[in-house]
Amino acid sequence: MSPVTAEERLIAAVADLIVAPHPHPMRHAAVGAASPIPAHAVLLARHRGADIRLSLLQKRIGNPFTEGTRELFDLAGQGRIDLFFLGGAQIDGAANINLLGTGAPPGSEARMPGNFGAPFMYLVVPRTILFREEHSPRVLVRKVDYVSAPGTSPRGVFRRGHAEALVTGRCVFHFDPKRARFTLASLHPGQTRESVRAATGFDYDEPDEVPQTRPPSEEDLAALRGPIRAALADTYPRFCARAFGAQAA
Amino acid sequence: MSPPLLSLESLAARVPDGATVALPPDNSLCPVALVAALIRRGARQLHIVGVPVSGFATDLLIGAGCVARLTTSAATLGEAGFAPRFTAAMAAGTLAVTDATCPAMHTALQAAEKGVPFLPLRGLIGSDLLAARNDWKVIDNPFSEGPDPIVLIPALSPDVALIHAVAADRAGNVWVGRRRELATMAHAAKTTLVTVERVVDGDLLEDETMAPGVISSLYVSAVAVAERGAWPLGLSDLYAADQPAIDAYAQAARTEDGFRAWLAAHLLAPAARAAE
Repeated sequence: MSPVTAEERLIAAVADLIVAPHPHPMRHAAVGAASPIPAHAVLLARHRGADIRLSLLQKRIGNPFTEGTRELFDLAGQGRIDLFFLGGAQIDGAANINLLGTGAPPGSEARMPGNFGAPFMYLVVPRTILFREEHSPRVLVRKVDYVSAPGTSPRGVFRRGHAEALVTGRCVFHFDPKRARFTLASLHPGQTRESVRAATGFDYDEPDEVPQTRPPSEEDLAALRGPIRAALADTYPRFCARAFGAQAA
Repeated sequence: MSPPLLSLESLAARVPDGATVALPPDNSLCPVALVAALIRRGARQLHIVGVPVSGFATDLLIGAGCVARLTTSAATLGEAGFAPRFTAAMAAGTLAVTDATCPAMHTALQAAEKGVPFLPLRGLIGSDLLAARNDWKVIDNPFSEGPDPIVLIPALSPDVALIHAVAADRAGNVWVGRRRELATMAHAAKTTLVTVERVVDGDLLEDETMAPGVISSLYVSAVAVAERGAWPLGLSDLYAADQPAIDAYAQAARTEDGFRAWLAAHLLAPAARAAE
């Protein structure tokens, strides 16, 4: 089997988070156009035996919704989506996310596409995994320039859950909403405590022992390169070509 | 009275300068041929509303100088990257943008559809988006025993909604299939202009299997035929997006000159596409 790609490692790391024990049951995950790694991770978790429905928002043929994204947000509003993935141009140490732009005023330095559904989804979906491949001080900042959606909310504000983790190209952080603070949970191959610290603009906690992020198993890889790729290639054609190489003839 | 079947150019002429125009996103029956006709007619000062986000069609309108204001939850070309003319206009400070969030766009249209002044929406509290939207209000849920702040979104009734659908019948009923969120857009808008791949015989509302995906002619102001009218975007299961063409656009439109050249070569001469 050909070597493990960086994308495959990230997919396996996200899948591990999905299947990890959690007080809120994982029945239904929804994934959007910008999230090929999370989509693959949900299908990998399912391949490992988790009973999860995946709704692919961008699926052209056989789209799960008959009222477009309005139905997605209505479902989420009711609490019928258990897991959603969010990223950001900036993510800060309190898990605030910025999808709009950087600088003051926000967007004056770099304008991003916009908030999408984040200001809503972060508060109404019980489980959120933050995902951003670029792990650098310009992305992981002390304080975001603009809060598309807050990492924590005051008492009395309706909120079903918080970020449980942040997965980057270098490591996995866990998030504690009570303290509004991240803890380094595992290091990807080639990374050290020092390299992660140097690439992170916010302060976070570090346990005495930091394990390596678990790589994908042979069975994970066979599933990813076979049936899971086949299921998602129509939705994420460019990602699949990059992550898994040219399609075998 | 049935909505008239017009030429594409006549349909575009029904969108007045300065109108508030609702557009679906790239993956949901987006009317690119009609937008190109709007550019050919030299539409100006439009307020484009992304339902709920904006993409290729809106980027074309921005690049062609048709847009004064954009209300949207995001502008992007998806896998092809940032929307280049949107990004350039934001950098140049030439476009007034009202940022939103997807569920708020849907909620605003649903309020208009119901004829009520506002609807409540969860979430948003604690965001800088809410802080910037003076037109969105926070009240205390009057049905809650304890404190429960909740956001109210005012109704939004666009002047015009534009849709490219698979088919219309001769009475002007339009089939959008599973994209029923577009029915809400049409219900909320003052007028709805529709291009279709083809006009079919019979009454779509008399067909039980088709009727749930139909926007009744009650809401449709006029229809025009535009074959492959979503190109280079895709249309339902009829055709996929032409990803190389979208990639070429994303590359070319990084510059003003590149955008103009792309537009001239692909969308400004209506005969060019038909001949392919």
